Amino acid sequence: MSLSVNEGVDVKGLVDKVLEAYPEKSRKRRAKHLNVLEAEAKDCGVKSNIKSIPGVMTIRGCAYAGSKGVVWGPIKDMIHISHGPVGCGYYSWSGRRNYYVGDTGVDSWGTMHFTSDFQEKDIVFGGDKKLHKVIEEINELFPLVNGISIQSECPIGLIGDDIEAVARAKSEELGKPVVPVRCEGFRGVSQSLGHHIANDVIRDWIFEKTEPKEGFVSTPYDVTIIGDYNIGGDAWASRILLEEIGLRVIAQWSGDGTLAELENTPKAKVNLIHCYRSMNYIARHMEEKFGIPWMEYNFFGPSQIAESLRKIAALFDDTIKENAEKVIAKYQPMVDAVIAKFKPRLEGKKVMIYVGGLRPRHVVDAYHDLGMEIVGTGYEFAHNDDYQRTQHYVKEGTLIYDDVTAFELEKFVEVMRPDLVASGIKEKYVFQKMGLPFRQMHSWDYSGPYHGYDGFAIFARDMDLAINNPVWGIMKAPF
Amino acid sequence: MSHPVSQSADKVIDHFTLFRQPEYKELLERKKTEFEYGHSDEEVARVSAWTKTEEYKQKNFAREAVVINPTKACQPIGAMFAAQGFEGTLPFVHGSQGCVAYYRTHLTRHFKEPNSAVSSSMTEDAAVFGGLNNMIDGLANAYALYKPKMIAVLTTCMAEVIGDDLSGFINNAKNKESVPADFPVPFAHTPAFVGSHIVGYDNMIKGVLTHFWGTSENFDTPKNETINLIPGFDGFAVGNNRELKRIAGLFGIDLTILSDVSDNFDTPADGEYRMYDGGTTLEATKEAIHAKATISMQEYCTPQSLQFIKEKGQQVAKYNYPMGVTGTDELLLKLAELSGKPVPAELKLERGRLVDAIADSHTHLHGKRFAVYGDPDFCLGMSKFLMELGAEPVHILSTSGSKKWEKQVQKVLDGSPFGKSGKAYGGKDLWHLRSLLFTDKVDYIIGNSYGKYLERDTKIPLIRLTYPIFDRHHHHRYPTWGYQGALNVLVRILDRIFEDMDANTNIVGETDYSFDLVR
Repeated sequence: MSLSVNEGVDVKGLVDKVLEAYPEKSRKRRAKHLNVLEAEAKDCGVKSNIKSIPGVMTIRGCAYAGSKGVVWGPIKDMIHISHGPVGCGYYSWSGRRNYYVGDTGVDSWGTMHFTSDFQEKDIVFGGDKKLHKVIEEINELFPLVNGISIQSECPIGLIGDDIEAVARAKSEELGKPVVPVRCEGFRGVSQSLGHHIANDVIRDWIFEKTEPKEGFVSTPYDVTIIGDYNIGGDAWASRILLEEIGLRVIAQWSGDGTLAELENTPKAKVNLIHCYRSMNYIARHMEEKFGIPWMEYNFFGPSQIAESLRKIAALFDDTIKENAEKVIAKYQPMVDAVIAKFKPRLEGKKVMIYVGGLRPRHVVDAYHDLGMEIVGTGYEFAHNDDYQRTQHYVKEGTLIYDDVTAFELEKFVEVMRPDLVASGIKEKYVFQKMGLPFRQMHSWDYSGPYHGYDGFAIFARDMDLAINNPVWGIMKAPF
Repeated sequence: MSHPVSQSADKVIDHFTLFRQPEYKELLERKKTEFEYGHSDEEVARVSAWTKTEEYKQKNFAREAVVINPTKACQPIGAMFAAQGFEGTLPFVHGSQGCVAYYRTHLTRHFKEPNSAVSSSMTEDAAVFGGLNNMIDGLANAYALYKPKMIAVLTTCMAEVIGDDLSGFINNAKNKESVPADFPVPFAHTPAFVGSHIVGYDNMIKGVLTHFWGTSENFDTPKNETINLIPGFDGFAVGNNRELKRIAGLFGIDLTILSDVSDNFDTPADGEYRMYDGGTTLEATKEAIHAKATISMQEYCTPQSLQFIKEKGQQVAKYNYPMGVTGTDELLLKLAELSGKPVPAELKLERGRLVDAIADSHTHLHGKRFAVYGDPDFCLGMSKFLMELGAEPVHILSTSGSKKWEKQVQKVLDGSPFGKSGKAYGGKDLWHLRSLLFTDKVDYIIGNSYGKYLERDTKIPLIRLTYPIFDRHHHHRYPTWGYQGALNVLVRILDRIFEDMDANTNIVGETDYSFDLVR
């Protein structure tokens, strides 16, 4: 494979041309978020984590989405109240495919939607009294609930409700954690601040107020999976590898996770982080407070999986290191067969990625493993440290776009004509209508898992079925 | 912990089968027993059984505060839907930006279509100082990038709580030349803490009409022979609006559908992405003030709009998602009355064919008990149609339903012997319905995709006939209105009944004597 992409394409010129459509003030602001990666560049050369410009059709969500939708929502044995008007919880109800095992409505609540359904009187007179009642009713109707979180929607912070006081009173009354999350949608510039706020609440309202479970016996091989939301079972396909090399996964954050797993996490020897963006905060905190080291890993595609397994094993003894080699060797024939089958069908195909958290960089080598090229990538809500981590994955000439607008992405794709667009549901049908194969890379397009060796086979199959489906050949009418 | 590799390149297995392999079953069991600290299986089973009892139902119905699995969204999504049915219209949602991502996602997942709308992306500073600058910059950007013919402004609850004044803001933005002075920017305040998506729909229709027609009462507005029709918030709008246009064509009626999303939410795949397609033209919207009458297909989606239209001197007629034979009869008779034209022979023929189909299948429908949930109008129309088929609507539930609606449903039920077991539940949610389904069983549930959890828990088959339908494809492309639509609905219900029959009679040598080839 070559060391650069987009050779012979005037990508810089394309960026300039696309920017021309903006009014001057917005053009200047957007220009800072778009770049073409140069050889030997120190970073991706884009600004990030800045307010979206009004009216441009950003693809970003809000802090509530980052807390309820990402961090807290998947904790299955707690009930998460969408506190405020009915909509936020309704739209985010069961949309993310955070797989879990449990008796929904009895000991798990992941695919349910609980809301305080604010009415005008709650806005005028405040909603704290109602919140008390909501929590009481939940505890009565769902006696096996292990904890409750209050996910604030926009009005809560605007009307001056004291949800912390409610949470304290109710925690004491029920003898279960009740945690207030100030993730109102207007806070910050994207989902990202919601992740951070959610992390801080775990620190202050779980770690500070609860203890690891009595009788929990540590071993030298205890690790956690942090920042895996078990989309289509991703965390399970990762866990199986960690167990196979001899480690014990004592907690999953937060896909298929439980309150007990959060509480026991300070007992871990190492925190293993997949989605750095959404959970680095709590990992850093545990490093400071409990002295637990953390390590980022990448379980997309065999190259990265092998590298990560070795890096993880290197933190442990020789047995674990040997096990890692055995596991890598064990899966190699299956991986080879997958590559032998799919690479000839995918080699040289060009991909443009636009998603959130970690995937704009983490999936790059999985595509490379299949002989595919990344010609453009970008993040919805990254910070500078994400772009620093991205640069070594992508090649010279790659188009980088931060908080891309629907307009920009459409124009970039129109001109660059990749063979596959890998983005989200809001983008999917735009590009399919343009005749371009598309995969949703938030939800795995209802497939998955994509993590781990088992997931890589599915990933390869899915990219093939998207790119090589006959539908793209019948778009043009013969008349 | 070594185990064979189950995954294979020859036959790739994904989540459907991967996690049923022994190595994953063991993994999940280990996770549960060693790390989850959950409740014992016996305790879970005990509580699970308890949630299915009459006692639990009483507690569940005593709820005053928490809402669980409601059948309603918030106002803005309804307003956005209404705006997207006008030619070249870009909805501009003033407030927090995450909301817009949610509305677009929700509509996209149902229609399997792109959905375009922008946000004014207000953040903390706007919460303190107001969102005027967001409006000024936002309108300028949206206008420059997306070249709409109209921008329809609506609000999220954030902008409503801080009290942003849309009318003033839009004027201000026009003064700053964000958009040309004569560029149409209708608006609607759509607070999420009042009503639901159906109220938002009403607010936006009224907002658009107000923009083009003016606010003043004018009972003497000159009239012509055209008729307006407002479909309301409808997941089947693509099929339904086209069916309505076909019917109007057969009549020879000049019909203006006020907010017609059918083309915008069903664009072709031919290599070109159309951000806007079809929709009610702005010219037709303006002219619609001169129509002799306006028909609302969904009363609860249009109370304010109809009042406004009345004040322009038009006759108005309202329906509740009319479905089936008599539902369609009533609509066609009204069209005949308003237009002075007879019901076309072709439609009479279609009616006969529909009745023929019902007669052919009535044995499988008679006496079957149904739960129906969804928007207030849908519940009314669906219940009426069921009773016409000899089926019995038993639990009729709408979180957006009011006391008035409950009475209206009761009146409909009282009108038929098949309604005697029926009861309306306004303001209740799908967790209430779960209790009802366990304590007073029905044969089938009619609702949307969210009902699949009820189907899983109660084992009562679900028929998806209302928004949102995320987990089945393309049904919205077929009408549910008109005689043709009624036939579609009939077939959908019958298919589910037959599938259910087969699934319950397919054990070899045990139940398959009833596995009949001919049914």
